[in-house]
Amino acid sequence: MSVPILIPHASGTNRDLEAAQAIELAGGTATIAHVNELRSGTVQIADHAAILLPGGFSYGDALGAGGRLALELRTWFADELAAAAQASRPMLGICNGFQVLVKAGLLPGPMGEPRSVTLTENAEGRFECRWVTLQVEPSCRSGWLGAVGGTTIRCPIAHGEGRVAVSDDTTAARLEDGLVAFRYLADGARPTSDDPVAAGGAYPANPNGSVNDIAGICDDTGNIVGLMPHPEDHVLDWQRPSGPEGGSGLPLFEAFVAAAQ
Amino acid sequence: MTVRIDVTAPDDPRGGPVVANARLVGVDGLTSCRVTRVHHVDGALSPEELDRLCREVLIDPVVDEAVIDGVTPAQGRVVEVALMPGATDPDARELERAAANLGLQEIRVVTARRYDLIGDLSDTDVATLTRRLLANDTIEISTEGELPAEFAGVASADVRVDDVPLAELSDDDLLRLSKDRVLSLDLTEMQAIQAHFAGEGRSPTDAELETLAQTWSEHCVHKTFRARINLTHTSSDGEVTVSFHDGLLPALREVTEELNPPWLRSAFVDDAGIVAFDGYHDVAFKVETHNHPSALEPFGGANTGVGGVVRDVIGVSARPIACTDVLCFGPADLPDDELPTGVLHPRRIRDGVVAGIGDYGNKLGLPTVNGSVLYDPGYVGNPLVYCGALGILPHGSHPTEPQVGDRIISLGGRVGRDGIHGATFSSAGMDASTVDHVGSAVQIGDPITEKGLIEVIERARDAKLYNAITDCGAGGFSSSVGEMGEDLGVEVDLSVVPLKYPGLQPWEIWISEAQERIVIAVPPAKLEALQALCDAWDVEVTDLGRFTGDQRLVVRHGDTGVVDMPMAFLHDGIPRQELVGAWTDSAPVEVTTPVPTVAHVLQLLAHPNVASKEDIIRRYDHEVRGGTVVRPYVGPEADGPADAAVLKPLGTEGHKAVVLSNGICPSVGRHDPHAMALLAMDEAVRNLVAVGGDPDQVAVLDNFCWGDPTKADRLGSLVRAVQGCTDGARTYRMPFISGKDSLFNEFDGEAIPGTLLISALGLVPDLRRAIDSAGMQTGDDLWFVGANEGALGGSLASDLFDLDATRVPTPLDDPLLRYRAIHAAICDGKVTAAHDCSEGGLAVAVSEMAIAARLGVSVVVPLDGLDPFTALVNEAPGRLLLSAAREHRDALGAFLGDHGRRLGEVTAGDDIVFHLLDPAQGEDSNLEPIQITLTEAVAASTHGPSGPPKGATA
Repeated sequence: MSVPILIPHASGTNRDLEAAQAIELAGGTATIAHVNELRSGTVQIADHAAILLPGGFSYGDALGAGGRLALELRTWFADELAAAAQASRPMLGICNGFQVLVKAGLLPGPMGEPRSVTLTENAEGRFECRWVTLQVEPSCRSGWLGAVGGTTIRCPIAHGEGRVAVSDDTTAARLEDGLVAFRYLADGARPTSDDPVAAGGAYPANPNGSVNDIAGICDDTGNIVGLMPHPEDHVLDWQRPSGPEGGSGLPLFEAFVAAAQ
Repeated sequence: MTVRIDVTAPDDPRGGPVVANARLVGVDGLTSCRVTRVHHVDGALSPEELDRLCREVLIDPVVDEAVIDGVTPAQGRVVEVALMPGATDPDARELERAAANLGLQEIRVVTARRYDLIGDLSDTDVATLTRRLLANDTIEISTEGELPAEFAGVASADVRVDDVPLAELSDDDLLRLSKDRVLSLDLTEMQAIQAHFAGEGRSPTDAELETLAQTWSEHCVHKTFRARINLTHTSSDGEVTVSFHDGLLPALREVTEELNPPWLRSAFVDDAGIVAFDGYHDVAFKVETHNHPSALEPFGGANTGVGGVVRDVIGVSARPIACTDVLCFGPADLPDDELPTGVLHPRRIRDGVVAGIGDYGNKLGLPTVNGSVLYDPGYVGNPLVYCGALGILPHGSHPTEPQVGDRIISLGGRVGRDGIHGATFSSAGMDASTVDHVGSAVQIGDPITEKGLIEVIERARDAKLYNAITDCGAGGFSSSVGEMGEDLGVEVDLSVVPLKYPGLQPWEIWISEAQERIVIAVPPAKLEALQALCDAWDVEVTDLGRFTGDQRLVVRHGDTGVVDMPMAFLHDGIPRQELVGAWTDSAPVEVTTPVPTVAHVLQLLAHPNVASKEDIIRRYDHEVRGGTVVRPYVGPEADGPADAAVLKPLGTEGHKAVVLSNGICPSVGRHDPHAMALLAMDEAVRNLVAVGGDPDQVAVLDNFCWGDPTKADRLGSLVRAVQGCTDGARTYRMPFISGKDSLFNEFDGEAIPGTLLISALGLVPDLRRAIDSAGMQTGDDLWFVGANEGALGGSLASDLFDLDATRVPTPLDDPLLRYRAIHAAICDGKVTAAHDCSEGGLAVAVSEMAIAARLGVSVVVPLDGLDPFTALVNEAPGRLLLSAAREHRDALGAFLGDHGRRLGEVTAGDDIVFHLLDPAQGEDSNLEPIQITLTEAVAASTHGPSGPPKGATA
């Protein structure tokens, strides 16, 4: 049975096609729909088993990455999002999609409370593109992510505003209590050891200065997950730079599609 | 009522580069810099509404601090900078739209940046920082202290179309008129216009004169490349040849027609060249230049350079899939007292250009995968910015025939006064006063609007909604509509054109080069479907008029006549130029070479043209679209430079991939431009073959950047380079499929070195066989293809070690044989890594392979009859390094035959060892070897021979 996954596109979204490719390879059926089509009802959010918010520069990232699309989610689609949450539908935000989920207050959530987590300018102060190694945090409370818990993923980052920042230690502690979904590993571009060690804040393994090497988080329910790196750019063997086998992002998408079923 | 909102993030890292760069411009007292985003919001918002706008949109509660309806208390010396009113300001536009999202009253917004400069600073320091780092007065206004809000647009002026009387004007008057209006027309052209309108018994309107200037500009019509030219060429041995050239462009096209391979789809006739990819898809490739705008406003110039070339690819109905860029700057460490007045420092130009390219390509979601960065004193006054774009389209899907009755539809951005006279401005030299005359030619891009065009055109193409398409670039509507309607004639009404702000006169609307616009010819029955598509994708549609069939260009503004001319005069009325060129190749001189040392190798590796460009490359997304097979940097530390980019277009089946490479060697052209062309073509092919590209299916683009072609020496070298291109196309059996010339690259009468960029587009038959320069394994043999040659003219070593060599390497007679041999070996899986041997010769190529793989190497430098130094650093064409497993030694030897020989091996150690032979004693001799460690090589490549610099950033 095909699993319909919605990939919303706002003006400036650009990694929607790769995300769709990853979904299809993972056994899902991807539908890319412009936010205008969702708003007009030409395409219904409710007809989909899961939502993947892809990467890009929605609305040019003017006024802070993902900010305006986050506003649209809050103002135009609050009911649909609540219904999706009610039905425990999984939701994945990648890069700009992660920024949108955070700015909308969905990650780490709950929506409507004052935000204490954000994604902001990389510590290096500039856009950067490089391959990194991630670990899917074994202690993450996300149920659907559990299928790939503890595994490592090699994939590129490509962002200027990917630094996870928190307003205080309490928030940092709250994230460490099962909400951290992905961490940057010390291996950097090419994993060399079987024993994953977190980057320890060292550039470039942690490419943006994120607190506690956090590359992605989930919400309290574990249904909503977001990350800055691009596992959708490593779902085929030849996409990987020369080097050791493994680290594909495909199992992550397979877990996502499976959870949507 | 206007309210000011200041937002700042206390740990915003963007102040850091200001502090680091302050030292580079001689201001040591700046200790920190705080950057604040300033928003002036004009509208009738209640305090509650204003608070909501701030909370929901403007202020990030985790990292931001804000001052609402007030001004941030100064923490130091305060400088505020804003875009000139009317420039593209996406932040302002998005804030206006966000207010609408929230259901608030309509607001107008302008934004600014505020810098709090903290430290011990004199007035002069603040002025220096403002001028050199914080603001660019070409497009920005700045002040110390608070800058008041300034909104664009004047009360709607009366529509005016003025006649420009020509009948009574003398030759001097005509020339003065041309200069005053930035028409860039010469006397014979002005006289032709005068005669035409005398025949009509009237004066031209301002818009008619401007239309002719745009259409007849060097930029649009390439008059030098169509001119009749007499060339006097003196070769290096003093032989004088006089030849006649009946058009350079026809010569380039002729060789393409002669080669005419079956995979060639379209060459020279459209916005981009097109070749076959697989059975279903074609690929389109174009490289443009954006030199003059980038000199004045580096970010905006490069930004709109990318935008422009991407639209060229959209203009052949292709979906853009990748970008390339090749950049030439003055030395980044140029002393301030050597900087001419009116010129931005090369470092600032570089940083702005790199940021501009990254901003546009990244936001379009296009991987920037191939390029080069060259530094040379010849580019101080006039940098070069080559921007390329690759696209893909289903075979046979690009319509090119507008029909009578079709509507002329403009899609995309709105028209403003920015971007006026770009085409004519780029057709003249620059000096210190240039910015005062043509600041309006410089713009900032809006990639998100262009992204909408990409989405809409792909869908409109697939739904067959249009009959013809063209990019709206140089010359604006006057060029795009004028060219599209050349055969049929058009009638246009400018009063319907959406403007960024009121007050533009008809001629300004007609020629404005405002960015992000595409013009298509749409049958009336398909307008509704087009409108629905554009509504869904947030793209603005304007119906400008129709194709008439009367072969006239008719432009109105409501009921007011603006232009009424026969297409024949517009397109064929330009007088053909008669030009004279003269060029003398450098005479050979004796060169004394030193004994090669470790220091020579490290200095070559540290030269800015060779050293790592990772700081630049990592600011470009080279992974988006998930199709990158060979990326710009390779190897375990991802810091070995790749020879070429290999891309698998998303959505194509099978394992075929595209390869992009380039060749450029202006230093050779100083001595012999004909050889430069051949050597640049060789470099492009060599790079392409090194990653697995097929040398028998390569298409190339020419991009000529030269000085003022009315001067005989500039033109002479240009003609020689074109001759090299046509000779090379035959030798390498590579057709030119598109090209571009950017002339008048001069500052204060000083020309840039004539610079030819060859961009190559090829195919990798099976991407699983693609290789890079890092794939070698310990114990592999290292092989060398080709032979060394003693000519050091134009080489990096000659420049770096002041050898003053003038004799340049000899182009190859039959290079394809060796490239086919290498390709066959790669396709058979016998080669683990390959690297092109070019700048810095074997010394650099061997070291770069070792760096890329993080393995040691040990080689014996083949003398080929030369002294050890020359053998180590010469830049003869046709040479590559290959690595292969020892077990494949015989097999690879059989593939390569006489073209290849073994040089040494890959070792487990940490050392790069060059064994040197004594020419007097031959192969058994053993001079002191040159030995460097990988660590030393990486340090030289990253930071220069003396280690990391102190404090400075890019």
